[in-house]
Amino acid sequence: MELPIDYATLRVIWWALVGILLIAFALTDGFDMGVGTLLPFVAKDDAERRMVINTVGPTWEGNQVWFILGGGAIFAAWPFVYAISFSGFYLALFVVLSAMILRPVSFKYRSKRPDPRWRSFWDWGLFIGGFVPVLCFGVALGNVLQGAPFRLDSDLRAFYEGSFIGLFSPFALLCGLLSVSMLVLHGAAWLTIKAEDGPVTERARRIGEIAGLASIVLFAAGGFWVAFGGMGFRIEGLADAAGPSNPLRGAAAVRAPGAWLDNYGRHGWMIIAPVLGFAGAALALYGMRFNKAWASFAGSSASTVGIVATVGLSMFPFILPSSFDPRSSLTVWNASSTHLTLFVMMIVTAVFLPLIILYTSWVYKVLWGRSTTGALATNPDLY
Amino acid sequence: MDPAVIDLSRLQFALTVLYHFLFVPLTLGLSFMLVIMESVYVMTKRPIWRTTTRFWGVLFGINFALGVATGITMEFQFGMNWSYFSHYVGDIFGAPLAIEGLMAFFLEATFVGLMFFGWDKLSRVGHLFVTFMVALGTNLSALWILVANGWMQNPMGAAFNPSTMRMEVTSFRDVLFNPVAQAKFVHTVSAGYVIAAVFVLGISAWYLLKGRHIGVAKRSMTVAAAFGLAASLSVVVLGDESGYALTDNQKMKLAALEAMWETEPAPAGLTAFGIPDLQARKTHYEVKIPYVLGLIATRSFDKPVEGIFSLVAKAQDRIESGVIAYGAVEALKVNPNDIAARATFEQHRRDLGYALLLKRYVADPRQASPELIQKTAWDSVPNVPVLFWSFRIMAGIGLLMIAMFTTAFILVTLRKHETKWFLYIAVAALPLPWISTELGWVLAEMGRQPWAVDGVLPTFLGASSLTVPQLLTSIAVFTLLYGALAVVEVGLILRAIKKGPFAQHDPVPDGEPAEPEPAVA
Repeated sequence: MELPIDYATLRVIWWALVGILLIAFALTDGFDMGVGTLLPFVAKDDAERRMVINTVGPTWEGNQVWFILGGGAIFAAWPFVYAISFSGFYLALFVVLSAMILRPVSFKYRSKRPDPRWRSFWDWGLFIGGFVPVLCFGVALGNVLQGAPFRLDSDLRAFYEGSFIGLFSPFALLCGLLSVSMLVLHGAAWLTIKAEDGPVTERARRIGEIAGLASIVLFAAGGFWVAFGGMGFRIEGLADAAGPSNPLRGAAAVRAPGAWLDNYGRHGWMIIAPVLGFAGAALALYGMRFNKAWASFAGSSASTVGIVATVGLSMFPFILPSSFDPRSSLTVWNASSTHLTLFVMMIVTAVFLPLIILYTSWVYKVLWGRSTTGALATNPDLY
Repeated sequence: MDPAVIDLSRLQFALTVLYHFLFVPLTLGLSFMLVIMESVYVMTKRPIWRTTTRFWGVLFGINFALGVATGITMEFQFGMNWSYFSHYVGDIFGAPLAIEGLMAFFLEATFVGLMFFGWDKLSRVGHLFVTFMVALGTNLSALWILVANGWMQNPMGAAFNPSTMRMEVTSFRDVLFNPVAQAKFVHTVSAGYVIAAVFVLGISAWYLLKGRHIGVAKRSMTVAAAFGLAASLSVVVLGDESGYALTDNQKMKLAALEAMWETEPAPAGLTAFGIPDLQARKTHYEVKIPYVLGLIATRSFDKPVEGIFSLVAKAQDRIESGVIAYGAVEALKVNPNDIAARATFEQHRRDLGYALLLKRYVADPRQASPELIQKTAWDSVPNVPVLFWSFRIMAGIGLLMIAMFTTAFILVTLRKHETKWFLYIAVAALPLPWISTELGWVLAEMGRQPWAVDGVLPTFLGASSLTVPQLLTSIAVFTLLYGALAVVEVGLILRAIKKGPFAQHDPVPDGEPAEPEPAVA
């Protein structure tokens, strides 16, 4: 069967689609996790905490699906990446999942009993469910940038030479901290538009300012490290963009310090992403300082999009380079599903993604308005 | 690979999937029962139906949270623990999982918040629509995960590609309309509806026995009786067996769950009881019901049903043919343009998976002796006693459920809701459908062994290259976490039942006996 879009183009489309899904996850569940991380620090008594929880209570669950869908989409579009990254980062992903298991139950179970110790326990569940995944996602991206220690045998079975502790290199930790500050900023910005104006938003703005500054400094430091820290991979010779998905065939990848900057020389427009990362954080800082809630939220959103996109664009066409055996590196050209699967899944996505955005927007519209402590007394449905 | 890694990977998968499936079927069924109750409310506008809907909604929510929590693990576990499986069949298997996210998870997760928080923000019909979207989402989710599982049982529409060393899709239509997947979907969601009906029936019966919340309990019982009768008939009549005649391995599953060593001539009889003996390879004290097995397995009275000995002989032939395919793949690895090897491969590709069974004993299947091939052919037989007993307990409970719901339906039709002896039975029956559905999974998954994907990829090859300490860590923590959450969940559900339908939302209407609220700490 002749498909209307060629294989190479579909591979690029799916690279963009996976990027969009991951950015959507960072943007939506990002503020939920940011709010969870902030919960013990911005809200002091039970009424304040309930008010904060209810800023995300009815919608966080839909936001989390971007993460689940991200996993499913990577499985469908890049089976190699799904298979190798999740088993290679086994314990790290296990920690993330354990923390994320705490989230749905913490939201749901906290309000079921008035006992303060019970409630405080689930508050920390929400904190862990926000902070731990955010930190680990950053650490994981740091490791992806540096390359992961795996190799493939001739059956294309993956073996790993790394350890759990080895994941926490100084650069990866820096990425983890950047991820935390970026999403704490985003969560604080969400609270300034969605929580009742008062001591809670006051505290959120103070912490938001610190997080915004930290984002700018850490993003700059990370960029410097990527440029001059000996990181980067390059494909030797010409990659066959429509070849069979087999990393051991075709053009080989090699280590090439500084190569993560190559794309910006080749495609000047890509510089938009890092610029957005910085400018967004600056706008958010302005909003926090001068109490312009919408500027804060627009800024933190732009910064999140910019920072995540910077990682993807810098590495293209690499998805998961191997530090142990660069020949085994996974790229957009050698790690995808078949032409047919990519095509069918693109059609399915093109039908359902707009629908999802449509009904999600409707739900947000129905639930519009600030969460207030006053509503807690009158509305028994609230958490 | 270290056999301990494979065993622990299987243990972890079994634990997490069986645990997940404690919560999911209740969600599947209860969501539709909420739609039914709320529809009655929208049509009659009587507040008692709103109270009823919201009460079961509270229990739904407590259960739903744990279904979501344990579902997060499932989406990632294939990559974490079954890395080679994910690579080998990801081109086919990943698609239904992604579609599940796009079509189902978003629907249920986005609307479930509004279902709980939107009572005062939406019109009656608007809220009913939201509840319906939640039910639709959960049930579509079951469809797609069972399309994926159905493909593992009967891998249609795919072929091995030596240039990428994996299975690749040839026809999505075949994957989607796989008859095994269709049968599984109907069977599994019906089982979920039975669980929900037993749950509602049992708790309503408890209220009626205690003389509390009579109005809500009677109405709930009526809904549960009708819903449960339809579901329990569907789960048995539209059972999972229709696909068992399709492939050699599906036939093997049927032969194993029947502990049927010799081919059963037409019309085949069903073994109602027996003691399977693995050593002697026969079944003692068999009691047979004539004709029934032929009817279930072949939908006819004139076809025989193949026994284990005959299927093992077939497996041996397929291993021998598979070894030739394996040799051709190795030649193609060295030289992808080897035309002779390509031709040999095309001829034997169907049996490649069988050669991989030998990898348990030899690194290179081409080195296997005829004795080893003979021994390995017996590996194609799953665990006969486990399947034999799982099937009998599962099906027995299924038949009991039909009897119970038939009785319930007659009683509520005669308006004899408060028939004491039946109420005791309804409460006592609460755990039964859970036992039955869990055994259903044991049957489906252990019945497919030694395969992860039937005839394509043996389970022991599918695991990730992990270490024993990594697996022990994750198993220990998941078990502790899941165990603790189960205790909390059951505690909260019992607490919500004790508080009753009027605890949170609505004033007690006229005609309901007012009762003191349990003291709140």
